[in-house]
Amino acid sequence: MSLDIHLLIGGEAGQGLVTIGQLLSKALVRAGYEVFVSQSYHSRIRGGHNTFAIRLGAGPFFAPRVSIDILVALNAETVALHRGQLTGRALLVADVSFAPDLPGVIAVPFAELGPEQLWNTAALALLGNILGLPSEALYQAVEGMLGKKHPEALAENREIMEKSREWAATHVPEHGFALTGGVSAADRLLLNGNQAIALGALAGGLKFCAFYPMTPATSIVLELITHAEVMGCVIEQAEDEIAAINMAIGAAFAGAVSMVATSGGGFALMAEGVSLAAMTETPVLIVVAQRPGPATGMPTRTEQADLEFVLHAGHGEFPRAIFAPGSIEACFDLTQKALALAEQSQSPIFLLTDQFLADSSRPIAPFDLAAITPVKAGVEPDAVAIPYQRYRFTDSGLSPRLLPGMSRQLVVADSDEHDEEGHISEDHGVRIGMVEKRLRKCELLKQEAVAPALSGEKGADLLFVCWGSSLGPVQEAAAVLRGQGRKVASLHFSQVWPLVLDQFLDILQGAGRIVCVEGNATGQFARLIQRETGFAIPERIARYDGLPFTARYILERLAAVEERP
Amino acid sequence: MTSIEEYGKYETAWCPGCGNFGILNSLKHALVACELQPHQVLLVSGIGQAAKTPHYLKANVFNGLHGRSLPVAIGAKLANPELTVIVESGDGCMYGEGGNHFLAALRRNLNLTILAHDNRVYGLTKGQASPTSEQGFVTKAQPHGAFAPPFNPVAVAVTMGASFVARGYAGLPEHLADLIAQAIRHRGTSLVDILQPCVSFNKVNTYQWYKEHCYELGEDHDPADHDQALRIALEFGERIPLGVISKKEKPLFEEQFAVLKNGPLARQEVSREGLRQVMQSYL
Repeated sequence: MSLDIHLLIGGEAGQGLVTIGQLLSKALVRAGYEVFVSQSYHSRIRGGHNTFAIRLGAGPFFAPRVSIDILVALNAETVALHRGQLTGRALLVADVSFAPDLPGVIAVPFAELGPEQLWNTAALALLGNILGLPSEALYQAVEGMLGKKHPEALAENREIMEKSREWAATHVPEHGFALTGGVSAADRLLLNGNQAIALGALAGGLKFCAFYPMTPATSIVLELITHAEVMGCVIEQAEDEIAAINMAIGAAFAGAVSMVATSGGGFALMAEGVSLAAMTETPVLIVVAQRPGPATGMPTRTEQADLEFVLHAGHGEFPRAIFAPGSIEACFDLTQKALALAEQSQSPIFLLTDQFLADSSRPIAPFDLAAITPVKAGVEPDAVAIPYQRYRFTDSGLSPRLLPGMSRQLVVADSDEHDEEGHISEDHGVRIGMVEKRLRKCELLKQEAVAPALSGEKGADLLFVCWGSSLGPVQEAAAVLRGQGRKVASLHFSQVWPLVLDQFLDILQGAGRIVCVEGNATGQFARLIQRETGFAIPERIARYDGLPFTARYILERLAAVEERP
Repeated sequence: MTSIEEYGKYETAWCPGCGNFGILNSLKHALVACELQPHQVLLVSGIGQAAKTPHYLKANVFNGLHGRSLPVAIGAKLANPELTVIVESGDGCMYGEGGNHFLAALRRNLNLTILAHDNRVYGLTKGQASPTSEQGFVTKAQPHGAFAPPFNPVAVAVTMGASFVARGYAGLPEHLADLIAQAIRHRGTSLVDILQPCVSFNKVNTYQWYKEHCYELGEDHDPADHDQALRIALEFGERIPLGVISKKEKPLFEEQFAVLKNGPLARQEVSREGLRQVMQSYL
């Protein structure tokens, strides 16, 4: 069994548990270990029960785990809620005032170590001691967070860290969690899904983003804002999501590579704008980070239930593409691809993620910046036929897109049905021509479609079908089953529209038992496949309690599926 | 030099006698007076009879959704600050469906011009009350008369400290052309609320009615005097003042973005060194 430790820090919002978790993750990655970080939090600023989970060791890890090896309880509620998940060898770190009398408990007299606002730093140092991380590595992480501008705060933190280590040296019992030798010496980036999307957008040539804050999409834009000055981007907080998408469309029309990011409720307000982008043939990337609905739903939890909504949002008929990354790397790559495809196809293009992927971090290799090709908006004025017509009929359906004000040619775009020049038209012949012209662009989207990835052999006895963020947990479950000697494969769709049958239908037809794993109650993707191919996937593993898939969840439900005749 | 001919002549979908003809004509004269050429101008509109105006002269055009002209215009201006951006829509589009954008746009103060064709009725959907319809205005949709008092866009704009607020009238083309030209030249968000008869659906606020109620502000009105401007802005009933009501210098929204000092975003390359630095920050 390779090194696989699951550490969970639990407490109320405001107790600094995210700080401990982030600093520890960073120190672990720098020391060469693999981590998979996930967060669970309530929709409130103070209080509630929040957790920060780090799965660490030799990895790599692509999913969270349920059972806990080291539990850091910043309050008594954490002990009560999670003691049932503790493994037989687990350690439980808790303040002496509420530490239970259990084997493996480390009852820490935090009050003796320092003031309450620094207890999280004390817990961090204690964890460093347990895991055998050098104290300098953690101190550097704290310094990196506080900066050198606050020498007094830094000194206070250093003092409590040293006291905590001294206390740990004589009070931590024997355990099996000391790390030995890192597994990776190379520099790695520690990124969550939203950070990878922001970086992918910047690498893809993003120049403009408008947004209205909505969990779990907000942190994408906050990340963009952090880098906006260096990268020369304009980011604007709009008065509502309707304004946000219309601003992005206006900016894209005038030549800025543009995106918006929101979640289901905000996207509902953007729906008419999606239709506008399609009608005016204006490129725009729309990132929808899903959370459970309907309505406000569970703002800080995860779900994959907006597939049908994103697929059908916007009135009228028009082409679109929907990417659904399953990993941090794919968040980076597919965001670039989506921006490029939006410009190529002059269409609204979607990136569909969820809270689980948004808030999960993993260390990844630095991106090859020499290989990127940022999007360039529009075409050069000398590349168009004169007189210029923005919506000239072409075989591909793509008309050369000039940018207004960049030449003497006039660019006319209209949300009404329009003629080739862009002027409003109620001519039925023009109407037919324009409908067909727009739909011809579907061909380009099909040519550019990312094929689903098969992991394992064709014709396996058991095939998991999944899309988006369920990739990691599904692959871990498949690996466990393969370890038991079973022939298991998984087919992951990182693009869910358009579906190109040649890319996967034979895989479905050649498989034994097929189980679709998706985070919604009604089997939206399985039904989409059936609608498009006629191929029915009767078995499914669904999750809609607001929590992400884990390998254990999938395996437990698989057992139930397989018990059925 | 630009000539009025360069802005072209088009067939329109408007009723004979519509106030829009006068507004279109004044707009063309204002663009010529500002020495702007068609390719330097972006007209952004929503939906409604007023919002069709950009189709009837030569310029760059984005005719978007009902109520959403302002956010499109703001996006375009932030992408290319060199464009002269003029937003043109009716009272329903600008003050009804787009009300939130109207307030937010006045707060931001980008350098753009809002021309609100205010005929105090919905034309395209055939005669329902609009946000600026008179209280008691009877329509098929409001058979007992509009219940709520009218929205006063000029007073709202002055109260919010908008940097240029004017009221014009479609029946005074030269006066209106001068107001529009001043609005275009002004650095900041300029609102020109343009009173406009609707010969088909507004039988109350007719050419005759406006002739009896409107008056032109004289030299004694100082648009820089906020208290005086607010008093004038609130005057809307027996007498309706026309002219520049309020005017002040305010910082331009777009100037907070250093990147826009280098011109249109489309001309700016992605910085590889910048990207490298950004990536380093996650190591």
